[in-house]
Amino acid sequence: MTDITDLTLAELRDALKAKKVSSLEATDAYLANIEKATDLNAFVTVTADKAREMAKASDAKLQKGDGGAIEGVPLGIKDLFCTEGVQTTAGSHILEGFVPTYESTVSANLWRDGAVMLGKLNMDEFAMGSSNETSYFGPVINPWRVKGGNAKLTPGGSSGGSSASVAAHLCAAATATDTGGSIRQPASLTATVGVKPTYGRCSRWGIVAFASSLDQAGPIARDVRDSAIMLRSMAGHDPKDSTSVDRPTPDYEAALGQSVKGLRIGVPKEYRLDGMPAEIEKLWADGIKWMKDAGCEIVDISLPLTKYALPVYYIVAPAEASSNLARYDGVRYGHRAKEFTDVQSMYANSRAEGFGKEVQRRIMIGTYVLSAGYYDAYYLRAQKVRKRIFDEFSDAFGKCDLILTPSAPSAAFALGEKSNDPVQMYLNDVFTVTANLAGLPGASVPAGLDAKGLPLGLQLIAKPFDEETMFKGMFALEQAANFKARPENWWA
Amino acid sequence: MSVDKETVRKVAKLARLAVPEDRLEPMTNELNGILKWIEQLNEVDVDGVDPMTSTVDMKLPMREDVVQSGPTGGGQPDKVVANAPRTEDSFFVVPKVVE
Repeated sequence: MTDITDLTLAELRDALKAKKVSSLEATDAYLANIEKATDLNAFVTVTADKAREMAKASDAKLQKGDGGAIEGVPLGIKDLFCTEGVQTTAGSHILEGFVPTYESTVSANLWRDGAVMLGKLNMDEFAMGSSNETSYFGPVINPWRVKGGNAKLTPGGSSGGSSASVAAHLCAAATATDTGGSIRQPASLTATVGVKPTYGRCSRWGIVAFASSLDQAGPIARDVRDSAIMLRSMAGHDPKDSTSVDRPTPDYEAALGQSVKGLRIGVPKEYRLDGMPAEIEKLWADGIKWMKDAGCEIVDISLPLTKYALPVYYIVAPAEASSNLARYDGVRYGHRAKEFTDVQSMYANSRAEGFGKEVQRRIMIGTYVLSAGYYDAYYLRAQKVRKRIFDEFSDAFGKCDLILTPSAPSAAFALGEKSNDPVQMYLNDVFTVTANLAGLPGASVPAGLDAKGLPLGLQLIAKPFDEETMFKGMFALEQAANFKARPENWWA
Repeated sequence: MSVDKETVRKVAKLARLAVPEDRLEPMTNELNGILKWIEQLNEVDVDGVDPMTSTVDMKLPMREDVVQSGPTGGGQPDKVVANAPRTEDSFFVVPKVVE
């Protein structure tokens, strides 16, 4: 038999149900891969004992012909999801050693369906970053390298541990979160599939909060089918999150392979950026052709406010972050400074020691734009522009069913290349952030390689709660792109 | 609009972040770089536009006003203080705040 870890999640699920492999075998195989891949720095915590325990429990169920939808499938969990009894750091020094006494709803849903936890995945600190370089635990390294080169590239961020571990077959699939592009950009940079569902589809309860009106959980997986299986298990109404939407979770896998004939694909002209690599432009044109060949109707649409989406994001997200992160005060959990003179300096010193540079920068921006005298000029204006961006999408979706764009403005870049210029780093999310502002579902599908041999993705954006149409489109893209490349294994 | 060193000092105080004196100047420059970029929002006409409050059209769900069971419920002080840096008898301990 082939290497178990080369099976997709769907194949492994079926092999487990058919008792061709055991969950313990699969789990041990993944743990062995993880052990050999320390160079990638994808995991903050490996929970080998817990994984084997969960695998044995799954095998007992599978033996009896019982078990959930993904019984026995080993997964990686982004270190932003609280896991009961297992350290949850959010990639930050301030939460180092924090062991939640409860389980996030999304991870609990996965365990309910039988999944096995391999460990916690590295990420940008508090999900603030696009290259994984803001992690207190060091950057994750992309399994992909330039053809013939050995420079260390970013796996994207903030879900870089998720994207790298899925690309390197260190887990069958992974959870991730997306506030401005943190699922889709890393997926694009690692040739994985990343899905950010509609805001409200997945519960945010037990996920360390960054920007509450934008944060959404979703999967990073090897192919479209795997991502559909993952999302179905992760999603669902949760009374503990007041923004979680009470509607049934569809069987996304059933949408795959359905005809896309007659679907209207919107192509927004504003996503054609000055200085965008010609290869990305070409890939986008290929994507348009593929959808057309599959019977879709291509519609030119206009989203004139696109260029304002990132500036809106960099007011709204830091504003929400500054209030969400006020809870880290060295009193209830997390790091407490050793030296202080009174309670105020205890707060200030604990936070200065515990938060990294980028997180402090965003707390400062957020505090400033919410402060007396500036609230109207910055925050309120940003929320008004956000409303106009939302309306613009609503209008566009009167003319089309899906929107097709590139996922990211570049392929994977070298570590250190953009880390000295915050605004340059922020531009990574130029194509993805609009979906967060408008609460729309968006997904990245691997579509091709650039001349250096690095993967590039295409993004589909759908109407609110119309993930099924998005999955239909994603599957059609995947079929047409026929992307089969794998990174050469240099890390084991 | 741009910020000066004194504003940055004030914002750092509001944010409860101890910023060392020699970091104030570079931080002022970083923040101004970002604020300058953000300022392009002034080009957008927002007259008569309501600020966005939620992307999903739904009412805030209400539940019965009772103590919940499970992790959001009461009666679990040990779990509540489990991760605190300093505790005493299920209380959080902080430096003296009243003279």
